[in-house]
Amino acid sequence: MATVSMTINGKQVTGDVEGRTLLVDFLREDQRLTGTHVGCDTSQCGACTVHVDGKAVKSCTMLALQADGAAVTTIEGLADGDVLHPMQEAFREHHGLQCGFCTPGMIMSATALAARNAAPTEADVRHHLEGNLCRCTGYHNIVKAVMAGARAMQA
Amino acid sequence: MYAFTYHKAESVADAAAKVASADDGVLMAGGMTLLPTMKQRLAQPSDVVDLGGVASLAGISVTAETVSIGAMTTHDAVANSAEVKQAIPALASLASSIGDPMVRNRGTIGGSIANNDPAADYPGAVLGLGATVVTDKRSIPGDDFFQGMFETALEPGEIIQRIDFPIPKKAAYVKFPNPASRYAIVGVMAAETASGVRVAVTGAGPCAFRETAMETALAGNFSPSALDGVTVSPDGLNADIHASAVYRAHLIGVMAKRAVAACG
Repeated sequence: MATVSMTINGKQVTGDVEGRTLLVDFLREDQRLTGTHVGCDTSQCGACTVHVDGKAVKSCTMLALQADGAAVTTIEGLADGDVLHPMQEAFREHHGLQCGFCTPGMIMSATALAARNAAPTEADVRHHLEGNLCRCTGYHNIVKAVMAGARAMQA
Repeated sequence: MYAFTYHKAESVADAAAKVASADDGVLMAGGMTLLPTMKQRLAQPSDVVDLGGVASLAGISVTAETVSIGAMTTHDAVANSAEVKQAIPALASLASSIGDPMVRNRGTIGGSIANNDPAADYPGAVLGLGATVVTDKRSIPGDDFFQGMFETALEPGEIIQRIDFPIPKKAAYVKFPNPASRYAIVGVMAAETASGVRVAVTGAGPCAFRETAMETALAGNFSPSALDGVTVSPDGLNADIHASAVYRAHLIGVMAKRAVAACG
């Protein structure tokens, strides 16, 4: 076992992990932050997307020890108390989810896009979401939500 | 994933020492291939030496003749580098077509070429632009680097430090991607360089290779029509559920014409 320390959603945390412990397992099992989902576990579906030092990554394809010293943001870190983050609110408003399983990853990926592109076009959004799969195939409203959420984040 | 001992390397020398002293050690760059391979229990290293903390391995520098990219530079950094976009737009464009945004934020150029997946994009650029791979021991010409499926000229424990790309007169990379993974079913880098025309193909064979008949045809007339009548044999090409060898041979011709056309 090794000791790992990181900042998760602004809070400094320390834990004991094996070399093989994935970041997503540290988040879910150790930190009980179960908003980050494991969909495919093969780096394809993006349900496990979190931000590490501001960059969107697939937390099922990163070791917890690779995030030692990093600042991690998960879906739980977006809302301000009871007030949803603008991207979360846009997904609610535009019904950008059906079963909701892919939603945390979609939103973490979308906020990374919005940080780089304040007014993404539909094509930009569809291209950016190549690494996030929705098995309900509810992409149409997800795209609408991301476009609206990105605009709302500028307000 | 089987258990292993994780090490964070402080420097290239430290990484080399750690991997050398392990029973069955591997170097990890971005981990975008290694970790999925280990999760499927297709690899069982005793020790993983993470290069992620070695700052000297990441970064891009551009001179009048050369674009040098550190081995640990991510695909996202190459794709969005204003200097790379200006000097070799085909290279930035290639990097932007790898995987998806989350993969591009972790995956690195050094990891990609050291792994030498037959469907990876970067080998097409290293061969097609006549790059040089600089390791902690020597400089390896791109033409000698890729030796077979997942086989490279690297010795055990040898660490790529950077890749030097000579700036071509013009170049373009066009690929026919697998729609799910974005890996190249066939990708072609066509370039007019100071040392002549180069056409490199990735995705189609056991590893990237140059299509010399096309280079000869383009030498006197760098235009898509120069490739009319240049046929590609399917012998030795990959065949899988996505594309037969015959289809890949056909795609090489189509992608090569598109790449030459895209050079303008």
